[in-house]
Amino acid sequence: MTQKNRLQSGGRIDRSKALTFTYNGKEYKGFEGDTLASAMLANGIDVIGRSFKYSRPRGIVAAGAEEPNAVMQLGATEATQVPNVRATQQELFDGLVSGATNGWPSVDNDLMGVVGKVGGKMMPPGFYYKTFMYPQSMWETYEKFIRKAAGLGRSSLENDPDSYEKINQHCDVLVVGAGPAGLTAALTAGRAGARVILADEQSEFGGSLLSSRETLDGAEASQWVEKVTAELAGMKEVMLLPRSTVNGYHDHNFLTIHQRNTDHISDKAPAGQARQTLHRVRAKWVVLATGAHERPLVYGNNDVPGCMIASAVSTYINRYGVVPGNELVVMTTNDGGYQAAFDWQDAGRKVVAIVDTRQNPQGAQVAEASKRGINLIKGSGVIDVAGSKRVTGVSIATLNAEGTAVQGSVTKLSADTVATSGGWSPVIHLAGHTGSRPVWDDKVVGFLPGPTVEKRLVAGAIAGDFTTAGALAQGAEAGRKALAELGLGQAEIELPATEEVVVHPPMTLFQIPHLKKTSEAPKQFVDYQNDVTAAGIELACREGFESIEHVKRYTALGFGTDQGKLGNIAGMAIAAKATGRTIPETGTTIFRPNYTPVTFGAMVGRDRGELFDPKRYTAMHKWHVENGALFEDVGQWKRPWYFPKAGETMQQSLDRECKATRESIGILDASTLGKIDIQGKDAREFLGRVYTNAWAKLAVGKCRYGLMCGEDGMVFDDGVTSCLGENHFVMTTTSGGAARVYEWLELYHQTEWPDLEVYFNTVTDHWSTMTISGPNARKLLQELTDYDVSKENLGFMDWREMKVAGVPARVFRISFTGELSFEINVQANFGLQVWEKLFEHGAKYNLTPYGTETMHILRAEKGFIIAGQDTDGSVHPYDLGMGWAVSQQKPFSFIGKRGMAREDCVRENRKQLVGLKTTDPTIVLPEGAQGVFDPKAPIPMPMVGHITSSYWSANLGHSIAMGLVKGGLDRMGEKVYYPLADGRVVEAEICSPIFLDPKGERQNV
Amino acid sequence: MLHIYCPHCCEYREEEEFHVKGQAHLARPLDPEACSDKEWGEYLYFRKNPRGLHHELWVHAAGCRKFFNVTRDTVSYEIKEVYLIGEKPSVVAASVSAK
Ligand SMILES: [Zn+2]
Repeated sequence: MTQKNRLQSGGRIDRSKALTFTYNGKEYKGFEGDTLASAMLANGIDVIGRSFKYSRPRGIVAAGAEEPNAVMQLGATEATQVPNVRATQQELFDGLVSGATNGWPSVDNDLMGVVGKVGGKMMPPGFYYKTFMYPQSMWETYEKFIRKAAGLGRSSLENDPDSYEKINQHCDVLVVGAGPAGLTAALTAGRAGARVILADEQSEFGGSLLSSRETLDGAEASQWVEKVTAELAGMKEVMLLPRSTVNGYHDHNFLTIHQRNTDHISDKAPAGQARQTLHRVRAKWVVLATGAHERPLVYGNNDVPGCMIASAVSTYINRYGVVPGNELVVMTTNDGGYQAAFDWQDAGRKVVAIVDTRQNPQGAQVAEASKRGINLIKGSGVIDVAGSKRVTGVSIATLNAEGTAVQGSVTKLSADTVATSGGWSPVIHLAGHTGSRPVWDDKVVGFLPGPTVEKRLVAGAIAGDFTTAGALAQGAEAGRKALAELGLGQAEIELPATEEVVVHPPMTLFQIPHLKKTSEAPKQFVDYQNDVTAAGIELACREGFESIEHVKRYTALGFGTDQGKLGNIAGMAIAAKATGRTIPETGTTIFRPNYTPVTFGAMVGRDRGELFDPKRYTAMHKWHVENGALFEDVGQWKRPWYFPKAGETMQQSLDRECKATRESIGILDASTLGKIDIQGKDAREFLGRVYTNAWAKLAVGKCRYGLMCGEDGMVFDDGVTSCLGENHFVMTTTSGGAARVYEWLELYHQTEWPDLEVYFNTVTDHWSTMTISGPNARKLLQELTDYDVSKENLGFMDWREMKVAGVPARVFRISFTGELSFEINVQANFGLQVWEKLFEHGAKYNLTPYGTETMHILRAEKGFIIAGQDTDGSVHPYDLGMGWAVSQQKPFSFIGKRGMAREDCVRENRKQLVGLKTTDPTIVLPEGAQGVFDPKAPIPMPMVGHITSSYWSANLGHSIAMGLVKGGLDRMGEKVYYPLADGRVVEAEICSPIFLDPKGERQNV
Repeated sequence: MLHIYCPHCCEYREEEEFHVKGQAHLARPLDPEACSDKEWGEYLYFRKNPRGLHHELWVHAAGCRKFFNVTRDTVSYEIKEVYLIGEKPSVVAASVSAK
């Protein structure tokens, strides 16, 4: 089959450049300049998919972004699959492979089609809610079936081979749409030197002028477009973005533009090119020149392939040289629809009739129709269409003057194409994205952009002026206004002369009545993409869904990728009628971003793989990798988790690391600990206010552990703070909590206590921190420093400056393991060098590196908490049994003091942190397991708290756990039971969380 | 995405650089111990949720790290003013409704 619907000449296609494409496995030919849609129509492809719910055959309706049916799956290979591409927006290229999105097993022989047709009445709106709600257990089965049958397109199962870009842009004026209004707006602003971005979704600028037969300055409109585009292209401050859809209009004039750089060349970008670019634009002013979409009329079986929008028929003929059928019937409520018939006739095909719903249409278009000998049927409408995979005929009936009822007899005519025009809807989607409510205009018969706080102007058809002359003038005016607002001076442009057009009043009509009432008439589709019918909207209203927002959700009107481009106005009109209200009373739903689908690739840009999220490495990272560490993510940090040796299981590694530390010496890279440098004469006072314990007497050279609470009294972080000088401290925080703690300190300083002289600085990355722990830690350290690190000279909770391995260091004698322990801090870039020196000297002590997991076990053996693991925002210091870390004597009411004195915080039976020893010492309770006091209690059993930390302790030879238990601190020795998901019930005894060395003798040596 | 003028940096920056910290002008009671549980609970948990003008505390977290106040319309998201800690808003609900 050759291109049977292609004209010999005319249009903006290049007939010398034939392109081959594939649709549903079959090869076809098109030309350069085609869209996939125009090429399909040229080849006489009628059915391009099946409808979402009823699985009815569907054809191409429109020629632009408003196309509801021709939503295709693209891609020649698995890796390059892209769903949701409108055939009307996809430029044809050689080798393009496309397939129908809907239709299973195939569009021509659809299994669900049978269900849909037989069960038409069985699938009313709300069908899914009503039918598939119960039994709930079946939902998964239903969902699979529905999804497959509905065919929502599919994404690739392989990695996308292309790269994508994101670019931030700033401009004076962003002009959206490069039709007549957008071009004059951009030209005016550009001539004054403003920084302008002009974006248009199509491959070439011109908008409506590209498919119009109107002249400008007596010549083809495209000549004027070329001239203006050339001038704009020569302006330094003007950026022209064709193939670029402005998809989202966000707060404060932030707009996103989805530019398709190479989608017109191939389904994979040429080497070195980004396939698509997402521009994130902050515009000082925005000019929306987005035009209007023609509304199809709603009539019986109006979804049969061959039913199209009148202007789309003209576009296919004039722009692409394609006549999408042989015998045309036009139905219109206005002058605009006539043009399709004239273009059709000029293309040499048969116009069966123009059906005008107006009783007595007048003017140039009517005269022209009569001159051309076209059968003009006035005061009538097409009430039904025959055919299933293509229109075969129409039923035409006389209407009453209001267009609300059929009068008289029905005439049947043979036709394969029905082009309808129900007037034009301004494309107000972007104007509504930031919440501005559209305003109905009776004269325009459509919604116009409502008032907004954004710095935004509108011009042309979006503003309700559908003439070319109006668009040109309004665009220039918007350009001047933006310049004035920006204080960028003035610029004038000469507007081209347009043909005089006298427009006669249109008729306000959306739905063509049928002989039967809507609920019994043939299906009249309002929203093709979501299979919403007029009867469905009426039913929704009858069922009590009166708010248009509810009607939308119940019927799916305007949902999904369609966003109500074609059907919304008609749907609202039908809902208005059904509820006895006017359209403005009914209102409109909110349009949301994005205007048309945006690929995930464009949204992600380069933020994938290694660049998905920043990674933070310590200075010793390389060593960890070389020594076989496995890593754990702690915030953005990569921390060694454990260091397995060949053949070891994880537990074996942990056992070895734990034992080596307590028997000789282990080393931990603790560089990730948050560190905040605090200085100022009131630093000490400040610490006393944000920590629960006392800081007034901490001497220089001393360290102290502190708990930090919120105003509610609940623990949110902890750490050791050391006194470096009378007015100088360094605070440590949990690795993940550093940024939060820093902001917390600044918050209180800046907003509550600005009178305190204190300064904070995050110094986490300035230091490499290595902790050596174990009985031989002192011996090792002494080998690397001249400073005397004996018990007498460097006591527990002391810190000193000294040189370690020849490098200036701060050494803190603090312990998170309960062993003799030194935390060596050196300038970060010396970290690896010192670390390696420690290993050089530590080999004889079996110096063993350990990671976060062994750190957790060792601290749990000692009952030390981890904030955020053993606490969860509902635990105060007394709940933790850490009342010793709270000073009620401090003069200032520190943060948390009042909170932890609230009635609920001092009541009996709060959940408290305790140790838990399983009766069977080999069982390691799962963290998160919920405890009960009576395992025989009826379900639901009263739960008494959960396990927060749980490990196998190789040093103790049994499992250990910590957990919250109601009244736990007063229940020592009592049993708690943990019913597990696998059916086991584990018995455990409440004990002190300090499992090892309760007197602390090991660290005080 | 909001475009926020930082009164410390004296320029407009993207919302991504800021953290919002909720309702502004919540002074910590000077004598917490003198507060009843109810009063302390109100300080801790009770917040305004106006439809319209809202005074909010923001911090230029990925910038100068300074806190400041913002008067924002919660319907239109329009920022009416920014002002420093310790200052009073000049745009308040009454002044707008009076227009
Ligand atoms: Zn700032």
